[in-house]
Amino acid sequence: MTNRERRIGDVVLKVDNISLAFGGVKALTDISFDVREHEVRAIIGPNGAGKSSMLNVVNGVYTPQIGRITFRGADGELLTFDHMNPRRAAEMGIARTFQSLALFKGMSVLDNIMTGRNLRMKSNILLQAVRFGPALAEELEHRAFVENIIDFLEIQAYRKTPVGRLPYGLQKRVDLGRALAMQPRLLLLDEPMAGMNVEEKEDMCRFILDVNDEFGTTIVLIEHDMGVVMDISDRVVVLDYGRKIGDGTPDEVRSNEAVIAAYLGVAH
Amino acid sequence: MGNLRKNWPIITLICGILIGMIVPLASGMSTPGFYVEVLLGGLMSGVLYSLVALGFVLIFKASGVFNFAQGAMVLFAALAMARLAEWIPQLTGIDSRLVSNMLAFLIAMALMVGFAWLVERLVLRHLVNQEGVVLLMATLGITYFIDGVGQTVWGSDIYEINLGLPKTPTLIAEGLFQGGILINKEDLVAAVAAGLLVLALAVFFQKTATGRALRAVADDHQAAQSIGIPLNTIWVIVWAVAGIVALVAGMIWGSKLGVQFSLSLIALKALPVVILGGLTSVPGAILGGLIIGVGEKFAEVFLGPILVKAFDLAGGGIENWFAYVLALAFLLVRPEGLFGEKHIDRV
Repeated sequence: MTNRERRIGDVVLKVDNISLAFGGVKALTDISFDVREHEVRAIIGPNGAGKSSMLNVVNGVYTPQIGRITFRGADGELLTFDHMNPRRAAEMGIARTFQSLALFKGMSVLDNIMTGRNLRMKSNILLQAVRFGPALAEELEHRAFVENIIDFLEIQAYRKTPVGRLPYGLQKRVDLGRALAMQPRLLLLDEPMAGMNVEEKEDMCRFILDVNDEFGTTIVLIEHDMGVVMDISDRVVVLDYGRKIGDGTPDEVRSNEAVIAAYLGVAH
Repeated sequence: MGNLRKNWPIITLICGILIGMIVPLASGMSTPGFYVEVLLGGLMSGVLYSLVALGFVLIFKASGVFNFAQGAMVLFAALAMARLAEWIPQLTGIDSRLVSNMLAFLIAMALMVGFAWLVERLVLRHLVNQEGVVLLMATLGITYFIDGVGQTVWGSDIYEINLGLPKTPTLIAEGLFQGGILINKEDLVAAVAAGLLVLALAVFFQKTATGRALRAVADDHQAAQSIGIPLNTIWVIVWAVAGIVALVAGMIWGSKLGVQFSLSLIALKALPVVILGGLTSVPGAILGGLIIGVGEKFAEVFLGPILVKAFDLAGGGIENWFAYVLALAFLLVRPEGLFGEKHIDRV
């Protein structure tokens, strides 16, 4: 653990006073927190606490009414936005996975993960079609990168299988693989372990920690299973009814009374 | 075994089609030579249905829009091609028909790309996430708009596209069949051109990064956006590709029958094709087009006389309804078509 703590760096993502409402329903109220480089940051909370909304704000799917998002660009410069949009987020190096799987079901595992390399492909479309010269070299280079991810996630056997035919746990891995193919600097995971059995959860935990260790990717993940989160995160934000009720290391959060009340209920 | 029991309606239907195809030959109703001629004739018109259906499928896959304007696009592209090929020699003094046809083709292609860009800019962009029926109505509007504008710009007479292909029928395979088979060289060239186009599209979709992005968008909009695929650009690309397919279809059809308003109506023939092949399947559109093309020719030539004799009818006209009845049968037993995606809703 000390090893990991030592390499945690500067703030890469900061959200300030984010408020988001859908009509009269307040999804998020005045949320602020930051994420440091190389850390695993969790956002937890009971169902309906606003966790996914928070992720969607960072990723640009939702536009908050109030608040700012600050993200450190690839060149180290801090950029502040009123809102993101999914395309810009992707270009700046933010990748995400989805709670309800959003894979390209008719395409093979390989093609799904290759789409993650799309933003990085620069060669001429005609050259790509005939697989000539620089286009061929580029395709091979990206293919090699994707093969590494496939090895890493241990899904070699399913390379050519249409994703729609794979069991749920494996689909979740492909989703992670596609996000990794983007070589993100910030990886957002929306309930990566939802609906999994214990064994699949353990596998997924291992992958998340390995990604963090080996590639140094900063990870923000959402979970409502407290136990899993406490084991793998460096710091935890706790949301309840759209408000932040706790923020700190797993130990701090675990002993926070507001958090205990939110999860276990409190006697009135 | 379970598969067989579950799929019996579709198997029966396919067997019915196959038997319908074999009987005329086996029963001695027609000579082998004539049989092959009817088959080829059906395949030829099938190729054109396939091209129009392909335009439908491309747009439906990538944007979920059922593009009613596909037929109008065929007409518009064909009109542009016909008139430009006529005007270019007059304006520039270019003598060669090949050069002016090439120029006309390139300009018409540029027009279709520009049209795709305008549709995205002015219509699709503002209707993102609307109901399918709203988008359908929008394409219906586009249909009538470009039908009208096409005639305003290019004129409303019947024009011809002269590709300089020999129109004289030739006899082939005289040694093989008694009397040989009568075919049209122009039809052969057209079929080869259509085949090449389909091949080029397949390579584009399967082998290029843009093609992969197109397939990704077709599969899931939200996920595609989150990995940085720009939806707007993709839509322009598919509409442009559909426009170019429409141009090729219009050109082939126009050089065969002349460019006239009725070209716009072949879109209606493409509807049974996409129902048969599946709205989301490119191979389905191609195979569906061929089945409908051959099916209606066979129905007209072989089934027609039988019906006339049996029920003492006036005869004729089978070609007009056969495709729709076949499509209806498919809707009853296999609504997603031969190759379409089956929708399984989680309850």
